[in-house]
Amino acid sequence: MNSQQWMRDPTPETSPLKRARLAPPKSLDGLTVGLFDIGKTRTKEFLDRVEFRLHERGIATTRCGKPTNAKIATPENLQKVAEDADVVLIALSD
Amino acid sequence: MTSYAVFAKRDCPTCRLVEPVLRALSGGEAALKVYSQDDPTFPDALSCVVDDRELGESFRHGIEIVPTLIRFENGVEAARTEGWDANDWRRITGIADLGADLPALRPGCGSKSVEPGVAEYLQVRFGNPGLRARKIEFGDYDDPIEMCFERGWSDGLPVVPPTDVRVLRMLQGTTRKPSEVVGLIPPNLAECTVEKVAINAVMAGCKPEYMPVVLAVLEAALVPEFTLHGLLATTYFSSPIIIVNGPVAKRIGMNSGLNALGQGNRANATIGRALQLIVRNVGGGRPGEADRATLGGPGKYTFCFAEDESDPGWEPLSVSRGFKRGASTVTLFQGEGVQGFVDQKSRSPEDLARSLAMSLNAIGHPKLAQMQRAILVLSPEHYAIFAEAGWDRKRIEAAILAGTVRPGADLIAGAQGVGEGLPASRAGESVPKFFEEGLLIVRAGGPAGLFSAILPGWIAGRNRHELQPVTREIKP
Repeated sequence: MNSQQWMRDPTPETSPLKRARLAPPKSLDGLTVGLFDIGKTRTKEFLDRVEFRLHERGIATTRCGKPTNAKIATPENLQKVAEDADVVLIALSD
Repeated sequence: MTSYAVFAKRDCPTCRLVEPVLRALSGGEAALKVYSQDDPTFPDALSCVVDDRELGESFRHGIEIVPTLIRFENGVEAARTEGWDANDWRRITGIADLGADLPALRPGCGSKSVEPGVAEYLQVRFGNPGLRARKIEFGDYDDPIEMCFERGWSDGLPVVPPTDVRVLRMLQGTTRKPSEVVGLIPPNLAECTVEKVAINAVMAGCKPEYMPVVLAVLEAALVPEFTLHGLLATTYFSSPIIIVNGPVAKRIGMNSGLNALGQGNRANATIGRALQLIVRNVGGGRPGEADRATLGGPGKYTFCFAEDESDPGWEPLSVSRGFKRGASTVTLFQGEGVQGFVDQKSRSPEDLARSLAMSLNAIGHPKLAQMQRAILVLSPEHYAIFAEAGWDRKRIEAAILAGTVRPGADLIAGAQGVGEGLPASRAGESVPKFFEEGLLIVRAGGPAGLFSAILPGWIAGRNRHELQPVTREIKP
């Protein structure tokens, strides 16, 4: 990083510098869980098992992912997740 | 121990003139360094040249003119002169015949370190910018505009990233100290310093010369009668509308003519946006949180224009509100719009006043009255009908207000088969649309078009005394 690059905070600086993550939902009841395959070997086997367990609990799922772990998710990948799922589980398995 | 420093650039004729002098000095007992601002091979074939193209040494020594000669005694500056003044150079160096072949006097040129746009850059690079706001670092591959979006610092349009250089330049637009607190910004009542105003003004796209206007706008918005918190939080459409009067409007290039209420003028667009960004970023006022607008409106991005004061016979809005003619002011109004007004057939001032009254009666709801104020933006062609008849502001106002008066029986709830309306107790009254001070008339617009504009006020205007437009003088 070039140490000369920064901008100034326009806020009253009452929140931490690092942005907080969104809080996870208190319950998955009624939500659809997106199971996102990042494209690594054997991830499908792992997500199949997670999906099986979620279905046992009556939780709806949808499968999504990107073709390869070597590239970041495209806007189309992310839009599909946003359209189909309420929460998303990003998984890999080697 | 004596040493010399000379700051010079090849681009400067006087610097080139003194090249023989520099050669003479370089052969003397005292050490000499020549700091070259634009070409490290200048002066030619001199070994004591220091490359100062990055201008760090020029900045540290406060150089404003080249050539500048400085004499140091034991490392401490003892004397300096700017340009070529043979007597000064001889006095400082103690060499009686220095530059004997040169003319006695030649002024220097401006130092590259004080060229426009350079000073703030050097202040950041080599000095202390003196800013207190927290740094948000970004890497070579980060897009700071996207970072501002991600942090929620945008109104939905890209903002200009507030880098130190930009913020320092913005602060040059005001004489006020960066640390001065302007006020507490609702809804969170967060302290807002001049520096935070400058940061948000940068983000809005302002030029430094807009800063006094932005500061006056913010101070006006924070006057309790402007009720900024309520205006932000309301479910109604309203937001601050800013009208600029006086010479400042022309000085900073504001638009009061063609498309004055529209897009395309930087000052109009960014001054209003700066206020909105301050409320958002400093005050924490965001749509869906404290901002509860049912529908909102495009004026919530920005709504700012100047009044056309080209007709000396017209009393500007600022003067009607108690300020001297020639004073630069901002007037803040809680409103929305634009509601277009068309009348291409009325030719007498009486007809036009009645016609305007009919349209003004429609704001909010035709059967409501004394709920809100309004601004009437009179276009040149409509104004000409009044002006040619010798009508001034007061007469126009009075005629329009009189034209709005209607029988209360027609306006009460249920009348005309419409549930909305005034309380039944007002059935016997003659009801004007506005309180007597409730209509503000402003002149603006392009030369052609028998169209004027109505900017309806916030319906909380029924609280006649608690909620008022605010006018404030712009100070440097």
